[in-house]
Amino acid sequence: MDIQIKQLKRASLVKISGRVDSSTAPDLEKALKELMEQGQFRIVVDMSDLSFISSAGLRVLISTAKTCRRWNRGDVYLASLPQHIMETFELAGLTRVFKIFPDAVEAIGNL
Amino acid sequence: MEEASVYELAVPARFENLALIGDFIAGVARRAGFDEKGVFNLQLACDEACTNVIEHAYGGGPGQIRIAVSVHPDRIQIEVHDTGRPFDPTAVRVPDLDAPLEERETGGLGLHFMRSIMDEVRFEFGEGGNRLTMVKRRDP
Repeated sequence: MDIQIKQLKRASLVKISGRVDSSTAPDLEKALKELMEQGQFRIVVDMSDLSFISSAGLRVLISTAKTCRRWNRGDVYLASLPQHIMETFELAGLTRVFKIFPDAVEAIGNL
Repeated sequence: MEEASVYELAVPARFENLALIGDFIAGVARRAGFDEKGVFNLQLACDEACTNVIEHAYGGGPGQIRIAVSVHPDRIQIEVHDTGRPFDPTAVRVPDLDAPLEERETGGLGLHFMRSIMDEVRFEFGEGGNRLTMVKRRDP
């Protein structure tokens, strides 16, 4: 797994590539926690190069979104979900509770 | 009746080996003719099963995971074997998939994935250890 973070005016853009499983999910959690500690609560997650995500990764995204949404200060916006990843979100009933965009540009444009 | 082709992998029960297990499952599933969606789902079910073994059966301590994949004409069967603590699937709460995000519990998703993806999920516990058998039938 590889994480790249870009600070934009209105949000942080986090691009996750590769595989998020129980081995790599703690690194993702750490990166997202650091962002929130810096006061960044509007987080766009670009998943275009994400090849795999297990429930361990979903748990990180759920807990991050919960923290970001507190006091209406932000949210986690998901972008460019590959088809199999989208199906995993559907299986977990998460497509209804996350804001999902076709790509990062559209996600940022809708903030 | 046609004989099954059996592929086996034994690895130390550590999270860092999940990618290796995933590659193994993907390789066998592709060779067995599953499409990419099928390959992804079999990887996901096996990843969740092995995560449970590492986390709960061995509690993060040392141990081995043995995986046997049997490819049959009509199905693929994945057996995951460990010698840790038996896992009680009935103790896992079923996640509420309709709950709003703020009320989502974070547990139970792994078992939910395994049961949703596979056609059969069976846990057996004996003196030789614990065996989880997962079966996925091919699309007719």
